[in-house]
Amino acid sequence: MMSKNKYAVNGRGYYGRFGGAYIPELLRANVDELRENYLKIINSEQFQKDYKRLLDNYVGRPTPLTKVENLSKRYGTNIYLKREDLTHTGAHKINNTIGQILIAKYMGKTRIIAETGAGQHGVATATVCALFGLECIVYMGALDIERQAPNVARMKMLGAKVVPAISGNQTLKDATNEAIRDWIANPNSFYLIGSVVGPHPYPDMVTRLQSIISEEIREQLTKETGNPNPDYVIACVGGGSNAAGAFYHYLDEEDVKLVAVEASGLGVGSGETAATITIGDVGFIHGSKTMLMQDEDGQITEPYSISAGLDYPGVGPLHAHLAETGRAQFLSVTDREALDAAMVLARSEGIIPALESAHALAALEQMTFDKDDVVVVNLSGRGDKDMETYMKNI
Amino acid sequence: MNRIDQLFQNKGKDILSIYFPAGYPNLNDTVPNLQLLQDKGVDLVEIGIPFSDPLADGPVIQIAAKQSLDQGMSLKLLFQQLKEVRSTITIPLILMGYWNVVFKYGVDTFLLDCQSCGIDGVILPDLPLEEYEEEFKAKFEAHGVYNILLVTPQTTNQRLAKIEKATKGFLYMVSSSATTGGALEQSSEREDYFKKVASLDIPSLIGFGIHDKASFRHASGFSNGAIIGTAFIKALAGGTASEFIDSLL
Repeated sequence: MMSKNKYAVNGRGYYGRFGGAYIPELLRANVDELRENYLKIINSEQFQKDYKRLLDNYVGRPTPLTKVENLSKRYGTNIYLKREDLTHTGAHKINNTIGQILIAKYMGKTRIIAETGAGQHGVATATVCALFGLECIVYMGALDIERQAPNVARMKMLGAKVVPAISGNQTLKDATNEAIRDWIANPNSFYLIGSVVGPHPYPDMVTRLQSIISEEIREQLTKETGNPNPDYVIACVGGGSNAAGAFYHYLDEEDVKLVAVEASGLGVGSGETAATITIGDVGFIHGSKTMLMQDEDGQITEPYSISAGLDYPGVGPLHAHLAETGRAQFLSVTDREALDAAMVLARSEGIIPALESAHALAALEQMTFDKDDVVVVNLSGRGDKDMETYMKNI
Repeated sequence: MNRIDQLFQNKGKDILSIYFPAGYPNLNDTVPNLQLLQDKGVDLVEIGIPFSDPLADGPVIQIAAKQSLDQGMSLKLLFQQLKEVRSTITIPLILMGYWNVVFKYGVDTFLLDCQSCGIDGVILPDLPLEEYEEEFKAKFEAHGVYNILLVTPQTTNQRLAKIEKATKGFLYMVSSSATTGGALEQSSEREDYFKKVASLDIPSLIGFGIHDKASFRHASGFSNGAIIGTAFIKALAGGTASEFIDSLL
């Protein structure tokens, strides 16, 4: 992997002033063990061989880079979709779980813990645990279990134990708290985090595992246009893993404009939003110093978005740093705008996007392009899981 | 002299420390709880600063903290409640909370308010030692606020030596790898860990899983005393706080 300078994590896990490992002593040994091992493992020849083989033959990589002609016409430019929706299990999440399950295996772990919101990361984790024959415990907010029944069924069919998180508001944030508590009580387990959040080394580890997305975009664009660099890379951000992967190999290519799209829910001023960078401020969540949504007393507030994959009250520390330095532009998109963008893509290209990815597509409406621009939108997942919401709202 | 040092100097063993969240069970119960605990002969009290996402705590403390937050508790209100506390309460007082709340309040203001209310120390489980020493230690010391650190059975010897040197007042010895409110396992491995920490040059109190007289006595046998949180919160909720303390002593 190429080394990054200005936007790379430092030895203590910071991106600028964000990141670190703000964890109780109860978690220190667990996190230290992972920190001491993850780079050694990822950089080993064996890992690279196993990871590549699984990505090619199990996940279905490389995923296509589709030039969408009708959408390009609509916006008067050249739009490409990076088709993470075509991976096994239907979203980019599997890139990370495949990588982490290998790391867990090399570390000799046999019990896997994960948290999930909408269930996508839970399904991707249950999938790789089934593949590797490892015990899988997925924490999920009790409310989310009700809302995401098909994914709960998938996890169960794959052999995972789904444990309801009954604390707090019973959503992703609470599932994460429960997973961390399980890890405290079971230090020999491997905690498989689904996004570029959490204490160091998770944000860096997950970013590296998702960086396959921009690695492929570079190769595919070189073939397509003769230039590995597009003018824009656009991706949605909840915790920020698909964006981190799509941005990674372009971080130091300052002529490539990076656009991160947050979910503003009912609107950034509505109180019902998940636009962390837009309305949040500096704080600490799940072991990381980052931007987060909190009240004036430092209590973490409950986010809202129609998209379960984007309603996280924090954001990965890399993104907080990209926002602060201006390296990435942060836009926000409402529920309604995302739903409309999903409809446009379905009708014009025959592709039904995940609601999360629809936020990235909706950002096209807010931007202006030259006709020669090359614009890559990371289509992080497919819309099967969102059909109920689509049918209700369109 | 800091009241914590005074306590360990005057009473080396069987020190009973009680934890409860501020504003629990009712918003204005903070000071009355302190009065009760002092009257009953409790040696040290840790007042929890309620937080929405208490990672190191089990469900009982989280639910209690949420109740207190729902009733309108905040760090600002806590300092208002504690303004006159030193006119009646003489035992050492510690605030225990998560870093986000303190950071948002403002570290300088927090330390000033601690000092003016007569708070002797703080326990901030998710503030890393390295960040504390580089950015905040000088400030804490300037205000006479002790930063009390935790060790666990998983803490390596190398790290233990570092923490021993950095902690002030005493070491918070976490009994086992679990969040608060679990059971206290008794094993020879556990006892070896207790003995190792107890042999250090700094006093220690054992917490997590201490819930009755027997576990309090057991833990006190290996250290200078023990900390009870979850079991006391249950007693507060059930209206039997006074009887519960009696049953321990």
